[in-house]
Amino acid sequence: MIPAPVEYTRAGSAEEAISLLTEHGDEAKLLAGGHSLLPMMKLRLATPAQLIDVGRLDELRYINADNGEVAIGALTRHTELEHSDVLADACPLLKHVASLVGDPSVRHRGTLGGTLAHADPASDLPAAVLALGGTLVAQGPNGRREIAATDFFASYFESVLAADELLVEVRVPSGGGGWNYQKFNRRAQDWAIVGVAVADGGKGIALVNMGATPLRATAVEAALAGGASAAEAAAVAAEGTSPVEDGNADATYRKHLARVLTERALNAAG
Amino acid sequence: MTAVMGTPMLRKEDGKLLTGEGKFVDDIHVPGELWMGMVRSPHAKATITSIDASGALAMPGVQAVHTGPDLADMGLWIAPLPCAWPVTPDMLNPPHFPVASGEVHHVGEIVAVVLADSRYGAADAIDEVVVHYDSLPAAASVAEARDGDVLAHSDLDTNKAYHWPLVPDPDALDAAFAGADVVVAADFVQQRLIPTAMEPRGVLAVPSPHGGDITLYSATQVPHILKVMAAATTGIPENQIRIIAPAVGGGFGAKLNINPDEILALTLANKLGRAVRWTESRSEAAGSTHQGRGQLQHIELAADSNGKLQGVRVHVDADMGAYMMLITPGVPLLGSFLYTGVYDVPAFGFTCDGYFTNMTPTDAYRGAGRPEASYAIERAMDLLALEVGVGPDEIRRRNYINGGEAFENHEAASTLVFDSGHYGPSLDRALEMADYEGLRAEQSRRREAGDKVQLGIGMCTYVEICGLAPSRALGGLGYGAGGWEHATVRMLPTGKVEVVSGSTPHGQGHETAWSQIIADKMGVSPHDVTVLHSDTAMSPLGLDTYGSRSLAVGGVAIAMAADKVVEKARLIAAHQFEAAPEDVQFENGSFSVAGSPSSSVHIQELGFAAFAAHDLPDGIEPNLQEQVSFDPPNFAFPFGTHVAVVEVDEDTGGVKLTGYFAVDDCGNQVNPLIVEGQVHGGIVQGAAQALFEEAAYDDEGNITNPSLMDYLVPSTMEMPSMKLDSTTTPSTTNPLGVKGVGEAGTIGSAAAVINAVCDALSPHGISDLEMPASPQRVWNAINRASGNGEGGAS
Ligand SMILES: Cc1cc2nc3c(=O)[nH]c(=O)nc-3n(C[C@H](O)[C@H](O)[C@H](O)COP(=O)(O)OP(=O)(O)OC[C@H]3O[C@@H](n4cnc5c(N)ncnc54)[C@H](O)[C@@H]3O)c2cc1C
Repeated sequence: MIPAPVEYTRAGSAEEAISLLTEHGDEAKLLAGGHSLLPMMKLRLATPAQLIDVGRLDELRYINADNGEVAIGALTRHTELEHSDVLADACPLLKHVASLVGDPSVRHRGTLGGTLAHADPASDLPAAVLALGGTLVAQGPNGRREIAATDFFASYFESVLAADELLVEVRVPSGGGGWNYQKFNRRAQDWAIVGVAVADGGKGIALVNMGATPLRATAVEAALAGGASAAEAAAVAAEGTSPVEDGNADATYRKHLARVLTERALNAAG
Repeated sequence: MTAVMGTPMLRKEDGKLLTGEGKFVDDIHVPGELWMGMVRSPHAKATITSIDASGALAMPGVQAVHTGPDLADMGLWIAPLPCAWPVTPDMLNPPHFPVASGEVHHVGEIVAVVLADSRYGAADAIDEVVVHYDSLPAAASVAEARDGDVLAHSDLDTNKAYHWPLVPDPDALDAAFAGADVVVAADFVQQRLIPTAMEPRGVLAVPSPHGGDITLYSATQVPHILKVMAAATTGIPENQIRIIAPAVGGGFGAKLNINPDEILALTLANKLGRAVRWTESRSEAAGSTHQGRGQLQHIELAADSNGKLQGVRVHVDADMGAYMMLITPGVPLLGSFLYTGVYDVPAFGFTCDGYFTNMTPTDAYRGAGRPEASYAIERAMDLLALEVGVGPDEIRRRNYINGGEAFENHEAASTLVFDSGHYGPSLDRALEMADYEGLRAEQSRRREAGDKVQLGIGMCTYVEICGLAPSRALGGLGYGAGGWEHATVRMLPTGKVEVVSGSTPHGQGHETAWSQIIADKMGVSPHDVTVLHSDTAMSPLGLDTYGSRSLAVGGVAIAMAADKVVEKARLIAAHQFEAAPEDVQFENGSFSVAGSPSSSVHIQELGFAAFAAHDLPDGIEPNLQEQVSFDPPNFAFPFGTHVAVVEVDEDTGGVKLTGYFAVDDCGNQVNPLIVEGQVHGGIVQGAAQALFEEAAYDDEGNITNPSLMDYLVPSTMEMPSMKLDSTTTPSTTNPLGVKGVGEAGTIGSAAAVINAVCDALSPHGISDLEMPASPQRVWNAINRASGNGEGGAS
């Protein structure tokens, strides 16, 4: 409830944020929407010595469709995705998934970059970006680099971002075939017990909360590519997964849910 | 003037509360205040081997760190924290001090208290107090405590705190079971619940070192009880203690206690001559504030071949937690009388064993014993219906007291006398609202179609005991205080009315309801009425708010005091009219002489006459002020029927509550809007127990879900739009004919919801499911029923 002592600085630009990161090293944490970091600080599960607030970097808040791609600034709030006309045309999956994150107050604070960098395997938007085959753009002291979503997530709450890197942009392909997102939880505002994102008619499928990172359901994708029906393909949805066990679900049940939800998502995506 | 009582007047208090003008404990600050920080045990059972506070004491702003032995040496208290309800003369009651010494008995028990200049400083210092423990095996469930291999308290030779029987006629009970055609036996688990009031608990003690008195602000439901108990515990003279419960954001029983933090703040502030405060954090609350429920129930019904009940036998193993708090041992007793429900049961027996465990103490939580009882009998009635082969509605109709017709003063086999009831119409109306026939048709359709989403319909006709309580009855049960309530009503010189209420609202809307009573009794506008409450200096007498007692006891006291004011005013009016008092009539606030209505005087005009006292009748004291302590002759017995409709997704095990219909009868209603609000919230809390909430402990006695991220309090999103109606069967217990409605929703809803889930799953041969019916549990049950090994243990 009461965070440990911490210094706070607001960055006026991406460059300033990166130089502050370089200066403070491991002691520092970027603060975006704060809706993952601050709860952890209040419980003293995270005790950074220095916060670098990037929440007001409005130049990193945008949604632009161009050249068959949508480019989204990392500081774009979930609510902006949820209500975006650009996404309605170009990437309705992302818009829809954003609308299912937490509750309205969470969506007004939480950012796309924050939820990706936080790398919680139970989060919704990371799986959507993974299913879409998105690309993440990180900026560090030596400039920008692109990271494929498939390479981005390392483990529980761990991405491949370096300590001095800021996530600045997310790119996803626009258009594509049928899509669907299945989120199974007990209360509307909760994280998914299991979730399944289907993009582009089943060419990209990602699982929420089925392992240490959001996972591509590669076995399902391969089965579909080989002509399997939705039911047949969904039957292999739990292959290669090792889901957590918690008060809501044991691993057996999570695997079962992955199969059920994958079939539903594939059928709904058409 | 038309009646104000019975109308859905908007709540007077809401403007203030909704705009932030309401001051909660955490909003009140005084100069120089110190923050307490509680160092809490991470072990369920352990011996404290050392405490090193030097690191904390070296931190800036840290004034002191006190351990249990230090505090005992300082002589801050003269008695342990009180238990007011020793249910048997030989009940075990290990001493419970605000801070542990030697051995700790639950996770979250305080082992040291830090005093610091700021809340943040206190929180930082907690981390720097180094405590070493020798961890001991813990009794981490009531079943384990009952087995007795692990002792919750090393210095007791048993975990069993008491055995309490209520078996009025053992021979009749045995005969009923011996002669029964059908016997149904079932075991139910009442999981522990965390009462989650919107406002966490908090305290602020403000001493006046030169004046000698001390004020304790506390987020409590029971300032009056706290005052008496604080004096008895600390030795601070009662006349020097003032308790103020400022705006209090809900309680549900969790603020009906005498807590370590309250006694610590009071005594440390008194000792130091500085204000001392504390506010619990949400996760801290799992260990710092008592929990509810926690029972293993065994119930047996004896019936004839038509399902007509012959006897009910119940045994409860109740989880006391680590210590007896204010009414911990009595909670199961409050339910004991209700295990025969709304039914005509010739023979009854109830026994309860209370066990200590190494978990947070249990105590009252919305309904306190009665939701548990209602759940057991209403679940068992569904099992009996299955056994006899009739519908759940029919089994109830066959057994209602007086055949479902209206009755008064029914003596139940439990020995209690039900004031009034009329159960048939509440079932009829609830089924009609739900379109019961239509639902059954839809259920058949889905079953035949093999639909993956099945429909379930559950019902519950509950009765509850409220209006706690006749003082004699409480005395008979061993409770340490009475059950009366006090009220003062005064007319101010300018004609405004002040009501001093001994009941203590914490969200219920007393200011509105009491104003409505006064409006009708005295013929004044409810907006001319002010209600003073929750401050022992302003309202010195009272027994506070719990057990759905405020209206049926406190509201009645107010009405009676108002009547006395009117009677006194009548004497003054008669004097002014130069008429005999018996010739003076009172209507809509005005006195007039019978036969000459043209000359009249309004009661509000008499306020000044009584105040000026220039011309009062001989022998009449100045001022219009009367007081009443009302001790009810009996409890009141509200009742009703709830119908829940659920959809169960058999592929995922997910349960969705899709319809809820409730017909409640709380006697005459003072404010139907407030009644509805109470019923809505109550239903959600019962549905929460059925589907969502459980304080989950691991084998070592750690609570695994203390945060609201994991402890699943449902929101409006999980609830259907509830359809409510009511019937009105006035109570015979009090002159207003009112009962009580604060807990009714909770008492009716958990059974209705689980009955619905079991109904949906009945084609699988599933007849029972443990609460909460989580998706995993439901899925496991379906798997087990279909012989599929995939489902693990539930
Ligand atoms: C009550 C509640 C319910 C929620 N429910 C859901 C839910 O249902 N589904 C769901 O997916 N999420 C849920 N969330 C999480 C929410 O979506 C978070 O807001 C999001 O996960 C993190 O975004 P943020 O901007 O708040 O990040 P922050 O909390 O500010 O930061 C999170 C982490 O990411 C890092 N970070 C932030 N931005 C960047 C960046 N641009 N570059 C590099 N590192 C960065 C931070 O340093 C930190 O380590 C919920 C949160 C709450 C409080």
